[in-house]
Amino acid sequence: MRLWMLLIATIILSIVSLFIGAIDIRLSDLLDWKSEETQIFLISRIPRLVAIILAGAGMSIAGLIMQALSRNKFVSPTTAGTLDAAKLGILISMLFITNVTYTEQIIFSFIFALLGTLLFMQILDRIKFTDAIFVPLIGIMFGNILSSITTFFAYEADIIQNISAWLMGSFTLIIAGRYELLYVSIPAVILAYLYANKFTVAGMGEEFAKNLGLSYKVVLNIGLILVAIISTTVVLTVGMIPFLGLIVPNIVSLYFGDNLRKTIPHTMLLGVVFLLVCDIVGRIIIHPYEIPVNITVAVIGSAIFLIMLFRGRAYAKK
Amino acid sequence: MIEIKGLTKQFGKKPVVEDVSVTIEPGTITSFIGPNGAGKSTLLSMVSRLLEADTGEVLLDQNNVKKWKSTEFAKRVSILRQANYINVRLTVRELVSFGRYPYSKGRLNSEDNKFVDQAMEYMNLTDMQDMYLDELSGGQKQRAFIAMVIAQDTDYILLDEPLNNLDMKHSVQIMKILRKLVDDLGRTVVIVLHDINFASVYSDRIVALKNGKLVKNGATNEIINSDALRDIYDMDIPIQEQNGCRICVYFNSQTS
Repeated sequence: MRLWMLLIATIILSIVSLFIGAIDIRLSDLLDWKSEETQIFLISRIPRLVAIILAGAGMSIAGLIMQALSRNKFVSPTTAGTLDAAKLGILISMLFITNVTYTEQIIFSFIFALLGTLLFMQILDRIKFTDAIFVPLIGIMFGNILSSITTFFAYEADIIQNISAWLMGSFTLIIAGRYELLYVSIPAVILAYLYANKFTVAGMGEEFAKNLGLSYKVVLNIGLILVAIISTTVVLTVGMIPFLGLIVPNIVSLYFGDNLRKTIPHTMLLGVVFLLVCDIVGRIIIHPYEIPVNITVAVIGSAIFLIMLFRGRAYAKK
Repeated sequence: MIEIKGLTKQFGKKPVVEDVSVTIEPGTITSFIGPNGAGKSTLLSMVSRLLEADTGEVLLDQNNVKKWKSTEFAKRVSILRQANYINVRLTVRELVSFGRYPYSKGRLNSEDNKFVDQAMEYMNLTDMQDMYLDELSGGQKQRAFIAMVIAQDTDYILLDEPLNNLDMKHSVQIMKILRKLVDDLGRTVVIVLHDINFASVYSDRIVALKNGKLVKNGATNEIINSDALRDIYDMDIPIQEQNGCRICVYFNSQTS
């Protein structure tokens, strides 16, 4: 699994992704700028591809940062309540602001994602778990509590259908004009790369970081802010995508270790490849209809996760 | 020179370190010894800025350590605490390279790489530089962390129980290397030790703590005698001389 192989896989899958869907588009159709096919291509297919690439790269990097900073391989936006907190933020904005704007939703969602993740990190800090497996369990419980609060108030306010739209990660509704928020994750991912060494050092613990003269708290907070930005943009445009931030960084870690400077490019590309495959599978199985990507991700992802759990140690020893 | 002046630290109401003043002589190995809970690790943590003291101060070259900039301090003083819990998958070379972080912020130049190569050679790690830490034995791992500290190129190296979980052979190896660091490279090593005989054989000076208070502070041969040890450990410990080393035979001592 070398970088160029992942790059080639990304390119091939991107092309495949552009040319499958309910309407058959041929390369020759695109020669005519005014054809209906070209319009579909520009309004739906390309935005969808861009959204998949940005969401796939973003969520994997968010997971990677969280795993490094929490020093736990099972922490990710889905297993630390980050996505649930983002969702709660959107609900709060809808409840308290009449005619809420998109920008206000984004701000609320971001703040809640950040606070939720911070709170979870605080919990981790207070309770010293002897077994790492408890950390994601607590995280999932924490997320579910936030989620139930969201559902309860959404039910009371009769907006439960809006809420369930974010529950389901799907690229079906991505068209030009509805995904551009995802571009915000590009600078976040670039920053993550620039901070890669600092995250790796911070990931070895506060004392280790202090010994090397690194301001641990600052790095930790920057990492969490990046995670919150990425999670918010993905939840608001695509919805929840489970497992992605969990399994992709773990697979890369097995092969390439935990030096973030080295593994960020791999993690990004593998996340994109994985999400592209899941989306393509979801679009092919019941063609011309679609299965939402969060379902294919969950099915394929949980299988990979199980294999990882069982074979993880064997890989590590090689 | 590191001067510890009237250092006190309380956890809750319990004083863990009480009014301790010690001067660390440059170019020596100084061992912190004492029974469990004496405050040795806490004292070391305060010297290295990992913990803040309640009262008192630590001076590095006449300046309070709190006033040093983090990166400048990291170029003068390094600390290694029990590191075996770190389960990050890095190769030996990557870990040792992070020792250069205060200088290079992770972008190593050729001079940094020279330090990294030397540190690994010094610790006999060159052959396993591309192995991951989780593939190493406890002793190899400990050597890798010490190599990182050597690459950090600080005048002062503070180590908190570096012999923990090591067998006899590896313990002796590590202590010999520390001795070499002091004798050949002129570094200053401060080390928390549990095994009094390693302190006796390898250190120049011994600082003994008990219940947070300083009980003895002096050259090794002033401390390693039955009278002084009785004050520190409440045990009658006979001393035997063996090839010029004083060995404390405490295994069947009367305990009270």
